[in-house]
Amino acid sequence: MQISAGSVGQIERYVRAGASAVIVGESRFGMRQPGDIAADDLKAAVAAAHGLGAKIYVNANKLFRNSEIDLLPDYLRTVQEAGADALVFGDPAILLNARQHAQGLPLFWNAEMTGTNSSSASFWGRRGASRAVIARELNEEEIADLKSKAGMEVQVQVHGMTNIYHSHRNLLQSYLEHLGREATLIRKGADNGLFLVEAERPDEKFPVYEDDYGTHVMSPDDICLLEALPELIQAGVDSFYVEALLKSDEYNETVLRSYRKALDQWKSGPDEYSFDERWLDDIRKVQSSDRELGFGFLYKEQVY
Amino acid sequence: MSSTSTQHKLRFSGKRHRLAKPELLAPAGSLEKLKFAVHYGADAVYIGGQKYGLRSNADNFTFEEMREGVEFAARYGAKVFVATNIYAHQEDLDGVAEYLKQLEDAGIAAIIAADPAIVETAQRVAPKLEVHLSTQQSTMNWQAVQFWKEEGLPRVVLARETTMEEIAEMKARVDVELEVFIHGAMCSSVSGRCVLSNHFTDRDSNRGGCCQSCRWKYDLHADEQSVMEPGQNPFTMGSKDLCMIRHIPDLVDAGVDSFKIEGRMKSIHYVASVVNVYRQAIDAYMADPDRYELRPEWIEDIGKAANRPLNTGFFYTTPGAEEHIYEPEEKPAPYDFAAVVTDYDESTGIATVQQRSPFRPGMEVEFFGPGGRQFVQTLGEMTDEEGNPLTVARHPLQKIRLKTEFPVAPLDIMRKRLH
Repeated sequence: MQISAGSVGQIERYVRAGASAVIVGESRFGMRQPGDIAADDLKAAVAAAHGLGAKIYVNANKLFRNSEIDLLPDYLRTVQEAGADALVFGDPAILLNARQHAQGLPLFWNAEMTGTNSSSASFWGRRGASRAVIARELNEEEIADLKSKAGMEVQVQVHGMTNIYHSHRNLLQSYLEHLGREATLIRKGADNGLFLVEAERPDEKFPVYEDDYGTHVMSPDDICLLEALPELIQAGVDSFYVEALLKSDEYNETVLRSYRKALDQWKSGPDEYSFDERWLDDIRKVQSSDRELGFGFLYKEQVY
Repeated sequence: MSSTSTQHKLRFSGKRHRLAKPELLAPAGSLEKLKFAVHYGADAVYIGGQKYGLRSNADNFTFEEMREGVEFAARYGAKVFVATNIYAHQEDLDGVAEYLKQLEDAGIAAIIAADPAIVETAQRVAPKLEVHLSTQQSTMNWQAVQFWKEEGLPRVVLARETTMEEIAEMKARVDVELEVFIHGAMCSSVSGRCVLSNHFTDRDSNRGGCCQSCRWKYDLHADEQSVMEPGQNPFTMGSKDLCMIRHIPDLVDAGVDSFKIEGRMKSIHYVASVVNVYRQAIDAYMADPDRYELRPEWIEDIGKAANRPLNTGFFYTTPGAEEHIYEPEEKPAPYDFAAVVTDYDESTGIATVQQRSPFRPGMEVEFFGPGGRQFVQTLGEMTDEEGNPLTVARHPLQKIRLKTEFPVAPLDIMRKRLH
């Protein structure tokens, strides 16, 4: 039961609410973290998580440029020295650096929407990754088949919004400039006050924000796979991820408590497990009225 | 000691002119387009097969057509690559090995792949197929390039976000072929990192189902309010198209090995025009770099086939307001394919052409062929193959005889102005 966290305070709150692992990082290395925990503060973050019996992973899944490569050796050494339980990567540059500068540090592969099959997962597995974070656009059958063939741990996002578009362009600033509006209209960084609304779909609000690494568009609804947890457990999924981005601490705590109750009940006896509607009701009470809870792609067939 | 190093600096800090000529790589959405692309000067073309490519709507090649394409290209010393650039799902994995073996058998020189599942399978089952890493892997630093070289790939197609300076550094640090998009439409997202289609229409963008949602119109809300005032253009992510014709020397000097043109869905007229121009520019620069000059007709010719405004992408600066398309509708290209020359009789000056869109006597048309041969003329009398006079050529593929003011050759194109 993993969640992203942007501060030591959040780590503590989320672990107390039921998370057994947190993922932290800073935007120079990891994409779309809910807040930066700088390299110097990693030790304190690790102590906080470990003190409460939780694992802590560091997100470095950005796509890097030439000019950023020189930062990697120091950062990876810092992550390892801080005692993090794993490093999450998407760019092969991290692999090359980890082999040299952070040997023994477990690696998780997360290429977001391009982690779509067992063969590519095990490709990265044979090159050092012990876990594959798989695309949110897979359905249940695909997840189960992937897990059965990948030969490594598999992580699935079970709750929250997902990134559906990432550009290295500053699309919001560019648009404001085109309109002749002042650039200060929009704050940099994960901002929860900005939305795109597509002309034909007035009811769907797509959160959007811009940071130093471009423009991010997020899904208009929140994944909620609480009711599908038994199916995912039986499929062999090793890690359930809750996306904390653009949500309040209270919201995330509520989500974690509900999932924790479901997981604990399953653990105490799968045969006696029965879904308690109150778990979902608790989430519904804090759910924003303009964002639906849904199953994402879990039961969908896509065409192409 | 210090004088040696100064000399060393003086000798080598000048502009580098490479001896190796870069490859011009063109898209070919069909066998006919392949022939035009090669005839107009492409050193290699890339096509899509029936499976595993990112243009599921294109007129993709059968193995039979691939063989014919490979044979045709070989006569010009050109190669054929196949795009197998999807990110596969479980259900796609089973047939990959068989498919790749068939590509190898058909004489395909290389596949362009993003998914490690496809990369590895090709290396295992089809050793004669080169594997080129697709731009869909969004490779944008020299270490990632080095990783793929160490995996045994002879070529990496770089992310469209890479700058000219970064490319030069990659080339200097890693000895592997670099392929770069130099012309055509671009994803505004990091390639592969967009699932807008999946969310809007359940069509998987990373398996060829992209419905170009980035070019749709959106309202941007800040604090519950639209930022748009009446009469202003809505938000869009749509990018202008890439065009690097003005920067051939920079690309060559940065060490780019393959200049790639986008557009497997584009018309014959587009492919022939664009290939023709880049062929001339590359040849001119390589023949005499010091006296190379950009020719204005190259820019005009590209404009005749372009349907979107153009820009230089990320090569020199991060695209801003001027590099996106906020204005309403895209216009069709200003010129259209009217006919292709199939025969020319030198003694009479009469050409036989095959109709591709209607034309009539009195119309001003432009003929062009490989190498920059081109002229404008007003069409005079014309007849069908039996010699019957025609007032209009209205039937697709009909053979028409007409007099041209200058000699033409088979596969020359006759285009007409639309607006």
